[in-house]
Amino acid sequence: MKKFMFVNRKAPYGTVYALESLEVVLITATFDQDVSLLFMDDGVFEIVKGQQTKDIGMKNFSPSYRALEGYDVEKLYVDAESLAQRGLTEKDLLVPVEVLNSQQMAELMQQQDVVLSF
Amino acid sequence: MLHIVNKSPYQSTTLASCLRLLQPGHSLLLIEDAVYAADGAGSQQAVLQQAASRAKVYALKPDVDARGLSQRVMENVTLIDYSGFVNLVAETSTSHSWL
Repeated sequence: MKKFMFVNRKAPYGTVYALESLEVVLITATFDQDVSLLFMDDGVFEIVKGQQTKDIGMKNFSPSYRALEGYDVEKLYVDAESLAQRGLTEKDLLVPVEVLNSQQMAELMQQQDVVLSF
Repeated sequence: MLHIVNKSPYQSTTLASCLRLLQPGHSLLLIEDAVYAADGAGSQQAVLQQAASRAKVYALKPDVDARGLSQRVMENVTLIDYSGFVNLVAETSTSHSWL
C-alpha cells in the first residue's frame, strides 16, 4: 500500500480539475491505497456548503465528498490560511476536516509516496 | 463600457487589472469563478467595495448559486440572470471579456 496525497487547488466549476481529482481519488481508493486529500487556495471552495448548480447546467458533485467516507477516504485536510483569506470557517464546509497550518501541511506532504496536484 | 471577468480573484490578477481600468460610469460583470470576488466575507471585499463606489457591479446569479454564495454576496452587487446578461451586453456600446 502506498500513501497518495491529492492536492486540490482549484474552484469547482470554472475548470474541470476539481471533478477530475475526485474521480482519481475514488479510483485510487478502490485499489486500497492510503489516500489523503489536501484542500488549499481555491480548492477549499470545492467543499463549501450550499452549492446549487441547477441554473448552470452542471452536475453538483459536492455531495460526493460526503461519500468518500464509504471508500475509507477519511483523511481530509484544509489549509487554515486559505480558509481565512476567503472568509470561511470549518462550519462552512460540508465534510469533517482537519485544519492545518503551513508547517503541518509540509510535514504531511513529505510523508507521502505520491503527491498529485489538481 | 462593460467589463466581464470570469477568473477567481485569488488565483489570477485578471480582476485586479480590470479594476485599474474601471472608470466611473462603467459596469463590471462577474461571472464563473470571478463571482468569488463578490463574497462579503472574503478578503477581496474591500477591493470590490471600492469598485462598486465608482461603477455598477453585477454578478451572474446562476454562478453565485452554484458556488454556494447565495447568502454571502455583498449588498452593492446586483444579481442578474442570463437574460439580464444579454440585456447588459446589448445596452452597452463596448464590452470587454477579460480572459
